[in-house]
This record gives sequence, C-alpha cells and structure tokens, in this order.
Amino acid sequence: MAKKVALMQGNEACAHGALYAGCNFFAGYPITPSTEVAEVMSVELPKIGGKFIQMEDEIGATAALIGAALTGAKALDSTSGPGMSLKQELLGYACIAEIPCVIVNVQRGGPSTGMPTGPSQSDMQQAMWGTHGDHAAIVLTPASCQEIYEETVRAFNLAEKYRMPVQIQLDEICAHMRERVEFAEPGELEVIDREAPSVPPEEYKPFDDTKGLVPPLAAFGSGYRYHVTGLNKAADGFPTTKAELVDAEERRQIDKVMLNQKDIQKNEEYLLDDAEVVLFAYGSTSRSARYAVNELRKEGVKAGMFRPLTMWPFPDERIAELADQAKAIVCPEMNLGQMVREVERVAKGNCTVAHIGRVDGEPINPGQIIDKVKEVL
Amino acid sequence: MAYDYEKSIRPGKLPHIWCPGCGHGIVMKGLIRAMDSCELDRDNTAVVSGIGCASRLPGYLDTCTLHTAHGRAAAFATGVKMAKPEMNVIVVGGDGDGTAIGGNHFIHACRRNIDMTYLVMNNSIYGMTGGQFSPCTPTGAKASTTVYGNPDPTFDIAKLAIGAGATFVARGTAFHATQIDKLIAEGIKHKGLAVIEILDDCPTTYGRRNKFRSVIDMMKRLKEIAVPVAAAAKMTPEQLEGKVLTGVLHKEERPEYTEQYAQVIQRAQGA
Repeated sequence: MAKKVALMQGNEACAHGALYAGCNFFAGYPITPSTEVAEVMSVELPKIGGKFIQMEDEIGATAALIGAALTGAKALDSTSGPGMSLKQELLGYACIAEIPCVIVNVQRGGPSTGMPTGPSQSDMQQAMWGTHGDHAAIVLTPASCQEIYEETVRAFNLAEKYRMPVQIQLDEICAHMRERVEFAEPGELEVIDREAPSVPPEEYKPFDDTKGLVPPLAAFGSGYRYHVTGLNKAADGFPTTKAELVDAEERRQIDKVMLNQKDIQKNEEYLLDDAEVVLFAYGSTSRSARYAVNELRKEGVKAGMFRPLTMWPFPDERIAELADQAKAIVCPEMNLGQMVREVERVAKGNCTVAHIGRVDGEPINPGQIIDKVKEVL
Repeated sequence: MAYDYEKSIRPGKLPHIWCPGCGHGIVMKGLIRAMDSCELDRDNTAVVSGIGCASRLPGYLDTCTLHTAHGRAAAFATGVKMAKPEMNVIVVGGDGDGTAIGGNHFIHACRRNIDMTYLVMNNSIYGMTGGQFSPCTPTGAKASTTVYGNPDPTFDIAKLAIGAGATFVARGTAFHATQIDKLIAEGIKHKGLAVIEILDDCPTTYGRRNKFRSVIDMMKRLKEIAVPVAAAAKMTPEQLEGKVLTGVLHKEERPEYTEQYAQVIQRAQGA
C-alpha cells in the first residue's frame, strides 16, 4: 500500500508528528506564527478522543499541559516569542517536577512583540537558559517539513524517556513553508511511552533514583497517591531544604541528560570529511548553508556543514573535533550571535570562528554565506 | 468519639507550617470532613494549589496532590480535569494567589464552568511573604507595603466568581467551623465550577498590624460580620453595613465544560 503523502506546512507537519507519537492532549494560546499547530490539533484530537483546550493565556496553557501530563497524557503546546517568554516559569516547573511534555516555539522577530510574521532564530539561548535556576534542556531544531514531522515524534520520545519538557525550536520559515511530507506507517517510527512504576503504591516514591537517573512516573488516578511540587524536594516528592538532598536532586536532573548525550544527540554532517571550513547551521538557515557548501565546492573550496538536530545539550565533543580539523567554523544565524557563543566556547581558539547575523526579518541567503567564507579563509 | 482526621493525613507530615491562631487548619479539617462525607475516592481525587500559606494544604492530604506555581492552580487543575474528567478535582489557595496573580485563571475557570471545587482561604493578606496587601485587604488597612493605610479597593471574591460564571458560590468563615464542611461538600456535589470562600485570619501578619489584640479578637470579628443569607433578607441596608453574607450565595445549572467537550468529540467522530 502506498504511503500517505501530503503537501503541508511545517506547523501542520509538527501537529501530525505529535499525533503519530501518541499525543492526546493539546493546550495553547493563539500566537503568530505558530497558530496552525493549534488549529490542526483542535481538528484532529477530538477525532481520536483526545483533548484540545485553548487557554486564557500562554501561562495557563503550560499549566494545563503539565496537569494533563500528570494524568498520563502525552501533551503538546505551541507558541512563539512573547508566549515563550511567558512560559518560562512553568517550563522550569516541568524541569524540577520532571513532567514529560513538548513545547514548540516558532521563533519570530523580537524582543517583545517584535516582528510577528518575520523569521528569527533569536530564542536559541533562551531555550536553554530562559527559565531561572540550574537545569538541563533538550532542544531540537529540525529544518524541513518531513524532518519536523519526524523530530516531533523524537521530541515526544525524549520527553517520555527522560521525563522532562522537550522544546522544538522552529523558525517562521520552516513553520510556514510547504513541502511534501510522507506519513510514517504505524510501527515504522519508534514511539516511546514513559515508564510506569513497578512497585506497589505504598512503596512508590516519585523521585526515587535507586534504579536509574530517570524515576518512573505514575499517572494521577492510577492508584498511586503522591505529591508534586515546584519546591526542591526529596525522593519522596516532599519539599526539603536539606543541603545534601537538594544537591543530589539538582545534579541528578542535569546528569540524566548530560550522561545520556549519545542517545539524545543527533546531527547531520554534510561533506565534512575533508572540510577546511565548516558551516554550523540549523533550521531554515541550514538550507542556505547547504546551497553555499555546494557552490563553494564547485569553486574548489573544501566546505562542509554541521547541522545539529539536537541543539541542546550542545554537541561539545564533535564541535571540538571540527575546530581541530578545520581552519574556520562559520555560523550563519538569524540573530546577532547566539549559538556562535557555544561554538567559540568549545573551539577554544583552535580555529577561526565567524558569525553571520541577520535580524531584519529576511532569511540569510547563500551569497552572504559564500562571501563570509571567502573573507575568513 | 473524636472525628478521625488522621486517616486522611499523610503519615509524618504534621506538624503543619501554619502559625498558632491561623484559621487554615480549621479549613483543612472542614475539607477533610467534606471529602469524607462525599465519599471521594482518594486514589481518584486531585487537590491542586498554587503558592502561599494556604497552598501548602495539599501536602498534608493523603490523595493525589499538586502544589504548583503562584497563581496557576486553576490552570493546572483544568489540565487534570480536562485530561481525566473522572477525577475529582479540588483547588485550594489564598486570596492573593487566587485573585491577584491567578485572577485570570480564576475567572476563566468560572467561565468554563469546569467541574471543580475552588476553595479560597481569604485572610486578606500575603502571609507567607510577611504581610503585603492583597486584592482582598480592606481599604485603609495596614500591611507591610501599606504602612500609611491601603489605598486599594478590594475584590469581593464571591461577586467576582458569580460575575465570571461560576455556577455555585458560597461563603463561610473560619469561626463557623461546622458550616465549612457542609459548604464544601455541597460544592463538591455540584456539577460545575464551585467557589467556596472561607474568610480566614492571619494573626501574625495582619492582626498585629491592624490592632487585633489576639486571635480571639480576630475570630470574634469573623463571628460578628457574618450574616447568613436567609437572615440578611430580613435586614435593612443600614443593618447590613459592614457585614458579609454567608451560606450558599449563588447556585444555577449550566452546561459543564468537560461534558461540552465530550459532545465536541462526538461531533468530530461524526456521531
């Protein structure tokens, strides 16, 4: 049987990816340029008995998301710049209470209201550091409609597996461009569900790490009565200020991501084997970068591209290797210097690191990239 | 025989954090009696709160408990109820949590008429942070941020709830302890969003600044200002000056939100 194929926007592909992953709850608030995710979910979820709720604001949406996730739901929320700023506190709540959920941020110009219909990649550091307090983050950056579909499935898998919020950082171009999307057959893509507790209710501790860095999560209403709080807590879920318990919990929540990077990292390496200049590019900008690599190769320049699909945790190890190999790493981004800071941190001066920034609402075109590469070489 | 509260309290979680003379413990006992009288299955009941002294209540109850972020309890609870409508959902919190930072979520929960019970412990102050004025601090009263007298007008939580669409609204006081469980139980049994406001006291941060010599004075005030709705009907506006009505203030039938959404599912599935 032929696969189901459709021409659709990135935002629509995101919604369909979520449905493939078993998403059965959506809470959101309308905001350009992310609204199509909500629109598709409002149509599709009730068909499968799922729930869609449009909340009174973006904070309420993330609150409802977490509440639903605690009952066992696979929950999705989509937003853009100003909405993402509002969600930061509850993103932190989902981190500390270890609630699996997926939040899509379709980046637009900013700060503040900025340019609602213009593309941007200027929330990349916010995705890691936006909420207060030390924490880990998993942030994905797909670049095509097919990839958005598949990476949304992976986002749910990572959220469920590591019991934490996962962010998908789109940009307005990826979100609104239309491409062919091939729907996966049931069973074709891996779908992971969170681990339920194996102990009886009276022995259950929601943050018990004796069997691993990710404690099983019981659903509310499944016979397990326990406490959830945003306060620092002990393994039993109740608040504590005991230094050694707080320290251990904080470190475990970061370790569960940082010690599992091999599983979480994902990237595309394009013509890197002999590359003397590496383009570090993601999202829609990587499409211009690929074109630039091809053009530069025609001219005899040994160019290649490193394209992270997992942006956070940052791929330190591989970027350090590339900094040893290449003469230069060039980072085109629709911002004035965000992920380039990480590249510089990891490169440690072992190669030239250059940035191409654009914040005028226009995409970075291949010509700009080619010019910069020639300038640095 | 003394009422057995301990079966509903998590072992080892007492003593509670509340100050001597605080009414929150009286309200918690009322809530426990109400949950018992409604025979709520504790495995299938979620008690959700925000931040503040009152919001620490869920931690003591042996049920599914969710202590969320400041002001957001109603929105978290909405997610729980929407995703699992078969669960009993009770929100608890204070006046600042519910009507200042959480005001938007409060009114929209009322508007949706989602089947939850929202218990507000109104002690007219932000107690946990040391006594700053809340939207329910009386005009002219002293708080740590209104040492010259509070210039702000106050919210009437019951009127706010009725105006926003709550279909069951009641008010009691921490002095009238035996009425609390009856009001909450009626709210739990009501299909739709039920708001129960309990006028409460904070001797530590409100009483001391506002010339209440003791907790007893604060309780006496609650006794004196409370007028049952039926009695109020026979009183003149002059007699009602400075009083607050207690009992069931509002009750109506209106479609409940999760049932409305169940119809959305039926329509989407072509039924």
